[in-house]
Parts: sequence; C-alpha cells; structure tokens
Amino acid sequence: MSAYQPVGGKYFTRPFIFFLIVFLIGFYFMAERFILGMGSISNLNGGFSWGIWVVYDVVIGTAFACGGYAVALTVYVLNKGKYHPLVRPALLTSLLGYALGGFGAFFDMGRWWQFYNIFLPWHWNFNSVLLEVGLCVALYIGVLAIEFSPAFLEKIGSKKLLNRVNKMMFFFIALGVLLPTMHQSSLGTLLIAMGHKVHPLWQTWQFQPLMAIISALTMGFSIVVFEGAFVSVGFNRVSETPLLRGLGKAIVGLLITFLAVRFSLLLIQGNVAYLFKGDMASLLYLLETVLFVVPIYILISPVRRANGGKLLLAAISMLLGGALYRFDAFLLTFDPGPGYSYFPSMPEMMVTLGIISLEIMVFLIVVKTLPVLPREKHS
Amino acid sequence: MSKREIDFLEMDFSEVTRRLGVSRRVFLKFCAGVAASLGLPPGAAMAMAEAVADPKKRPPVIWLHGQECTGPTEALLRSEQPSFEHLILDLISLDYHQTLDAGAGHQVEDIKKKTMLENKGKYLLVIEGAIPVKDNGIYCKIGGETMLDITHEAAENAAAIVAYGSCASWGGVQSASPNPTGAQGAPEVLKDKTVVTIPGCPPNPANFIGTVLFFVTYGKLPPIDDKGRPKWAYGRLIHENCYRRPHFDAGRFAKDFGDEGHKKGWCLYQMGCKGPETYNNCPSLEYNNVGGGVWPVGVGAPCFGCSEQGVGFAKPLFSLSDVLTHTPPNTFPEIDDREGPQGVTATTAALAGAAVGTAIGAGLVTARKVNEKDTSDADE
Repeated sequence: MSAYQPVGGKYFTRPFIFFLIVFLIGFYFMAERFILGMGSISNLNGGFSWGIWVVYDVVIGTAFACGGYAVALTVYVLNKGKYHPLVRPALLTSLLGYALGGFGAFFDMGRWWQFYNIFLPWHWNFNSVLLEVGLCVALYIGVLAIEFSPAFLEKIGSKKLLNRVNKMMFFFIALGVLLPTMHQSSLGTLLIAMGHKVHPLWQTWQFQPLMAIISALTMGFSIVVFEGAFVSVGFNRVSETPLLRGLGKAIVGLLITFLAVRFSLLLIQGNVAYLFKGDMASLLYLLETVLFVVPIYILISPVRRANGGKLLLAAISMLLGGALYRFDAFLLTFDPGPGYSYFPSMPEMMVTLGIISLEIMVFLIVVKTLPVLPREKHS
Repeated sequence: MSKREIDFLEMDFSEVTRRLGVSRRVFLKFCAGVAASLGLPPGAAMAMAEAVADPKKRPPVIWLHGQECTGPTEALLRSEQPSFEHLILDLISLDYHQTLDAGAGHQVEDIKKKTMLENKGKYLLVIEGAIPVKDNGIYCKIGGETMLDITHEAAENAAAIVAYGSCASWGGVQSASPNPTGAQGAPEVLKDKTVVTIPGCPPNPANFIGTVLFFVTYGKLPPIDDKGRPKWAYGRLIHENCYRRPHFDAGRFAKDFGDEGHKKGWCLYQMGCKGPETYNNCPSLEYNNVGGGVWPVGVGAPCFGCSEQGVGFAKPLFSLSDVLTHTPPNTFPEIDDREGPQGVTATTAALAGAAVGTAIGAGLVTARKVNEKDTSDADE
C-alpha cells in the first residue's frame, strides 16, 4: 500500500476554469508567435534580447522549481526521512516548472527549428555557459520524469516496472541533486558573461554562481512551504504546518548566508556608494533586502515559525525577493547601452501567465489523478 | 624531476653549440619552441635537443624536384628557425638537392644513387614539384630519366616521404584544368606509400622543419590527416584562427580594395577570401618571421587557398568561398535599431500589476485560511 493517494474530485472547478481561460489567451499569442515570428508580439530588441520569457519562465521559473532539489537534498542527502511526504508534490512542481521552463526557452529561440542542434555533440562549444544550462536542464527534466514515474506506475499498477525503477532510483536521486547544483549556479554565471551590462549592485562577478545557487535553494524550500499551504487550504486537507516549519529553519540559515555574502561583497568590491544613490537601482536593492529580511524576522522565532499563516507569508516574501533579485539583475537594472528600453508587451505577459496557468492546471489534474499527496492519517 | 630531464641537464651541449654557432640557451629555446608549435609535451623539447646534439642521428635526405618554381626551397632558404644552413648541415644530411648541390651532372646523380643504396630504408625523401604522368611522364626529365621513374625509384627504399609544397602535395598550378601534362601530386603517384604533405604556395618553412625535426627525434612522422597533412599544422581552417574573424561574425565586410571596410581591416570574405575552406596555420605563424601581421590576409589580400586542393588555382580569385564552419546569413538583423514599440503602456502596467497583485492577494487569503485550519486542527 502506497503512502500516497490521489485526491480525487472533479476537474472543472471554478479556479480551474479561470486558469483555463488565461491559458487559452496565452495559447492564442503563442500560436501567433510561431506563425508570424517573435517580433510580431514581443517587445524584445537588439539590446534586450532576453525578456520576461527567459527571465521569468527560465531563470525564475526553474528557481521556483527547485522544490524537488531542496527536498531531495534534505531527505536523501541529509537523511531527514520525516520530510518524505513532501517529496512527491515537490517533484511534481519541479517537473512542471522545468518542463515549462524548457518550453519557454524553446519559444524564446528566434530560430527554434535549429533547437535540435544542442543535442549534437559535434556542434558543442565547451566555453558556452548557455550550453551547460541547456544540456543540464534537458537532462534534469528527464531525471525528474524518472524520479516522479513511481506515482504513474503505481496508478497503472505495473509492479514489475515499479520495482525495477525503484532499484535504480538511488542513481537518479543522486543525479537529481547534482544537476540542479550545476545549472542553477550556471544561471548566475550567465550574469558574469553579461559583464558591465549588469548593474554593479548585482554584478558580483565570480560570486554570481554562489549567489544563484543559494537563492535558488532558498526559493526551493519556500515553494514547498507555499505549495503545502495552498494544497491544504485548496483541497481542505490536514495542515502540513508542523512539517513545513522545519523547512523554515533551513530557509533562515540560507537567507542569512545569502545576505552576509551579498553585503560582504558590496563592501569588498567597493560598491556601497551605489546603495545610497537614491535611484531606481538602489530602491530595488532595498526592496529586495526588505523581502529577504522579512522571512528571517518571521522564521527565526520558533513561535512565529509555528504559525502557518506567518510561515506562508515568509515563504511568499522570500519567493518575491528571489524573483525580484533575478528580475533586477537580468531586466530592470540591466543596461545594454544608451537608447534601449524594454517592458514586456501585453501578449508577452499573457504567454507567461498562460504558461503559469498551464502549470497550475496540470498540477491540479495530476494530484487528483495520481498518488502524489500523502495519505491522510485520519478518516 | 624525471630521469630524462636529469640526463638532459647533465648533457654536454658544448659540442652542439660550437657546431651550430649558437649559445646553449638559444639552442634549447629553439627546441622548446618547435616542440610547442608541434603541440608536444615539454619532455619532447629535451628529446629533440638530444637528437639534434647527436650527429649520428642526422638522417640523409634525398630531395627531388619536379614541375615547379622552386618556391618551397626558396622559402626554406629564408627560414630563420633554424636558418637553412643549420638545417642542412646540422639537423639533416642533405645528400642530393638539384638547386643546392655544389656538383652537377652525372657526378651528383651518381652520389644520389650511392646514398640511396648505402642508406636503404633510412633516408628521408623530400619531393618538391608535381609529377607529370601523361605519356609515361615524358614532360619532366632529369638526367634523361622521367620524374615519374625517379620518384618511384627513390620512394622504394625511403624511410619516410615528405611532399613539400602544393605541387608535390596535390599537383599545384600545373594540375589546373586542362592539365596538359597530367601533373599529379606525390600521394597520387605513390598510392601504396604514406606521403606526408606540406602544401602551400609557398609552404611555410616552419611546417616543414617541425615535421622533419619530429622525424629526426622520434624516427617516425607526426600524426597526419586523411590528406597526409601534419595535424599540428593543418588541423584547423584559416578562418578559425583568423584575427579578422570577429568582423566576419559581426557582418563587417570589406567589399573592394581600398574601400572603408578594407582600410579598417574588416573581413575579406566578400572579396573572395578562401580562409573559410582552407586548412593551414598561417594566422598563427605568419610569414618571414618579421611579425606585424605579415601574411596574405594580414596585409589585406584575400587568402586564395594556395594550400587546399580544389581551391587554390581551381576557384576564381574573387568568388565566394564555401564556409565549412558556419554560413553567414545574407543580411544581419539590425542590432543598432533602438527605436521600436517598447516602453510601458497603461494596459501592460495594469496587467503586470494585476498579476502580481493577484498572487500576493491569494497568498494573504491563504495565509489567513491556514491559520484558521491550524487552530481547528488543534481543537480536534
């Protein structure tokens, strides 16, 4: 008997229909993008070749999708078995986040029909950061699918295959921890490659990978808290707060490290003055810092941490902070040269919102159909 | 420190430095430089130094000339790394060379035959110039014998065969259509032998000397590609290491001699530069050891593919070359266009605000519900 079970219930609930409508609007613009080309619907230009599709769907989306990474690290590497009930839902959000991130990268590609070339070793440029990210993410999507496959195999009742997969699972779990460590830090390396186009407050040069991996891991833990809270309210299940608050401790530790490294670098690299310039960049930096400090304030006290609502607020603040950190570095303070400016067009935003909606819809369908969420103890 | 290096440090180079007329330091620097340009490990420089220092190791060389302009020899005469006299007197024993022999006529022909007999299987055969095969090779004769016969005879017992220059490598200019004499390169004539080719018109002497030094040191030839070219010298397209390559990638092309782009040193691709389909190391070695970008592309003349069969003397000088790496598009997108439909509009700002607001709102509502739930769970 599995420790997980499908939630059941009808698919077409009111929230589901809302997300379906958003997705359909997004889908319309996606079709337009493939028929008429990217220029017809996006505000991308020579200076800003990466807009919200890359920055949200790939850079931030995969950081949001680090839940599987964070939980796998906790459960399997640090051997904290009590968090095991969180594994499957976390893996599902990771799988969806990464798969749609990969799709986002695909339709952000001007000449998308050349996509397959990335898988041909004789075309590889070993100095390319993007190649590392691309291949690593592609591989990780496969690994996540295998890690999540027991849920599907249990559903169809294929015991033989399930046993075989479970026997080899240790290998994929190890890969599933290694790969995000690689590409999440490489997402920071992308900023090194952008050099002085990145604002000095965000350009930490050789520390970019470190900043990226710490913040991604923190966002991974936060998304698990976030998702746990929404699931327990949305499906009217037993609250997972007692379990989730343990993750709060991890978030505090990571956040303090993140902020300590960040402010030390500000001092060492001599960029403190930018903080007091009073321009948009300094204000955004302060906003980020506030969003990072709020969760520390909430989670550092065991009493506040035990409060489910506050725990969720801390997670949301952290997620917004982590997302803003990436938005700021890649878009809002990014300076490709005089004359260029960028704000996403309406169709661009609708595509991104459509993809988020798709992610939520698939999540809802899967948890209702497959054994993903832990079996309720009472009843 | 390895055994070899200790031996090396204890070696007495006074003999070789006296013979070559250079200091020990200059001598070792030369060996290290050659080893490095061949892509060999540091220990190879020591092995080379030892080999050169040992006069007994000098291989006899038979040097044949066919249909050609003696350009390769002329290039070699001007070599400075090492200079030619050091090459022929100290690195090799040049026993037969029609341009450079002091003797003449039957005297040198006899010496050649004698050397070949005495050093059966040990001499290095260098072929310079194409070999005409039409009408049994009657279009090129030396001492009454055809070049075709001489080549077969000399190749029979050679330890290694080097085709030096484009003519010897694949036929060169006289093999250009309609090729009235049936000129062929040495690899085509000596089908059953391994022939190392050093193509170029003229070839870079450094490529020849590096290959010969490798042979002197190790008694075998360096790794070669399917056309017999040493990989260390001909492993990459000129295009790959060309310093004008960034202009190619950015779409900045000179269109005519003396135009703005030509003056600014832009890419010569559209003037017919054959760098994108020619394998050679010209961009990194340059010519004549004077530095300052002295090689065709460096002085603003499009590469004409002198070392590549089917390109040099075959394709028109100013026709576009086939780019073997990446083909450039006909037009490049306008990256300098800074106008466009960007900026915040009321709709987009409202949409962004609504999306973020909805997410935060949903979060707050859920936070309240989680609290209610926690309380009710605790009550149960």
